[in-house]
Amino acid sequence: MTTAPTLTRRLLDGAGTDHGAHLARYGVLPRLSRDDLLAALTDSGLTGRGGAGFPTAIKVRAVAYAPRRPVVIGNAMESEPLSAKDAVLLGRNPHLVLDGLETLARAMRARRAILALGPEVDPGATFAAARGREVEVVQLEGGFVAGQETALVNQLNGRPAIPRDPFTRVTEAGVGGRATLVLNAETLAQLALLVRYGAGWFRAAGTTEDPGTSLFTISGSVGRPGVVEAERGSSLRDVLDPAQPLRPSAVLVGGYHGAWVRTSDLDVRLTRRDLAAYGASVGAGVLHVLGTDTCPIGFAAGVAEYLASESTRQCGPCLNGLPRMATDLARLAAGVRDHGLPAEVQRMSALVTGRGACAHPDGSARFVASTLDVFRDHVAAHLEGWCPTPTGRPRRSDS
Amino acid sequence: MTRLHVDWTRCDGHGSCSELLPELLGVDEFGFPVSRSGERDPAVPRRDRDTARHAVRNCPLMALRLYDADG
Amino acid sequence: MSQAGLTSAFWALGRGTGVVALVLLTVSVVLGIVARSGRRVPAVGRVGISDLHRTAALTGTGLVVAHLGSLLFDPYAQLRLVDLAVPFLAAYRPLWLGLGTLAVDVLAIVTVVSLLRHRVGPKTFRAVHWATYALWPMALLHALGSGTDAGTTWFRGLAVVCAGAVVAAIGWRLAPSYAGRGWTRQHRRPA
Repeated sequence: MTTAPTLTRRLLDGAGTDHGAHLARYGVLPRLSRDDLLAALTDSGLTGRGGAGFPTAIKVRAVAYAPRRPVVIGNAMESEPLSAKDAVLLGRNPHLVLDGLETLARAMRARRAILALGPEVDPGATFAAARGREVEVVQLEGGFVAGQETALVNQLNGRPAIPRDPFTRVTEAGVGGRATLVLNAETLAQLALLVRYGAGWFRAAGTTEDPGTSLFTISGSVGRPGVVEAERGSSLRDVLDPAQPLRPSAVLVGGYHGAWVRTSDLDVRLTRRDLAAYGASVGAGVLHVLGTDTCPIGFAAGVAEYLASESTRQCGPCLNGLPRMATDLARLAAGVRDHGLPAEVQRMSALVTGRGACAHPDGSARFVASTLDVFRDHVAAHLEGWCPTPTGRPRRSDS
Repeated sequence: MTRLHVDWTRCDGHGSCSELLPELLGVDEFGFPVSRSGERDPAVPRRDRDTARHAVRNCPLMALRLYDADG
Repeated sequence: MSQAGLTSAFWALGRGTGVVALVLLTVSVVLGIVARSGRRVPAVGRVGISDLHRTAALTGTGLVVAHLGSLLFDPYAQLRLVDLAVPFLAAYRPLWLGLGTLAVDVLAIVTVVSLLRHRVGPKTFRAVHWATYALWPMALLHALGSGTDAGTTWFRGLAVVCAGAVVAAIGWRLAPSYAGRGWTRQHRRPA
């Protein structure tokens, strides 16, 4: 008889690649009908763990009654450089992710079940675990935008890994023209647990509005970086403390498309509502700690340059606007004393928002706007020609 | 409610649409259309429907479409 | 009208529609190049240019159909149905007439694809549209080679003007200062 995993050690204590050991630990994977699966998902309140946080039940329902057999895809592209949670999850507990895909595929009579790994993910454990299971595992090409839903579908259709116009949703027509469901790898693992132990068990952790647990990748100025699991709704401080933050000045919540939370606000709970006040969201659980020895503007300028280079250059506003933002931010970081720069960056970030085939410009704009807002005193110093960061450039002139 | 949708992967800032629908669409400094209302897909008032259809036909990159949405 | 009268009526119609069609297709090619440049022409605007381009093309196409029809019904022209689609089989000046047939074949494909452009998508539409650069010279050569009025001064003058306009437009198209909008971006290919 298996024991249900505890409150916060649910996902990472996997049994590795041995299927027998996996079944001994978690129990047999139940076969659910489509309606029973939908009911379980609705009752559990599971939301996506890939970044958007959309209710999984609604996503599944969108393809569950498609006239042709749908395609289900597990997204383990791990396109966010600061994120490692899906790679770690697959390394430790690949069978759980495969369980999630198989459950969905069986319940909806899917034509194909595909687990898509990004180039940064070590595929060994996943390929080993997939032998003898009903899931196709593929390792795909990367890029920051390659994990975006329509870009992923495009790549699986043999086209370049760039987004398409979102007018036609992938839930209507995706891989091979079929209704396609794309779920993050961690979401699939959570699903695999809740179909075994029930919605009640799932809801025992987390909050009423945001139940369950989540994987967080902690990086930056910390003594113990890595992937941890915590209840949804935990405070930022509680999640970060075990990682031993070192002289933190702020935390980037949500990765390169996220927003900053000051050290003074570390008690904020990691929920949609609480984080909304900071223009942030939990996203894919990336928590990057900025130390006081790193100039935040310099850091942000580097990120903005990366984001601009990762534009797939299909859409005018993004292809033109992101490099502009990056250049202006770089000038701010270098201490160019142009007092119009912050307003220019803000203007450009507003200009690119909502004008593209995907959310890349929106997310980049959010990150840049948050930087200017949270570090406004730092920006002001740069405009006066000096940097508050001990090792930062430019230096106040010694005179 | 009829709305105008821009396929940004096709749009190249040719500018016919903003010529035809100046109240709905402005042009940014790079030549690309900007929805004046701030909505992603601006609503097209009844009096502008025919002109909007003209714009859809006229876009050399077929980047526009009209559709009916609730609200 | 007598049989002879009817014959010469069809013949005249055939010649007239042919000449006007050539002029309209010339206008269409030139306006197409102007439209592609994205330049804003005063008074008509970009919309006006593309509307005129389209109207000239469709009217020209309609006149080509009339041109074919009238020559088909003219017994003197000895045109068979097969000559409308398969080139170089005609009894009279097969080479020059054949160019006209070939041009009609291309025109038919371009017209159909253009009317269905929202269905076939921009890449296909654009690829097929390139064929107009082959279509126009074939139409001109057909007119000069098999046209009844080809030898006249006025027609030669007209041909020179049309050719001059197209050559000038293409010259502009190839110049660096053209910098046309539309399909100028290469999307990024992920590494």
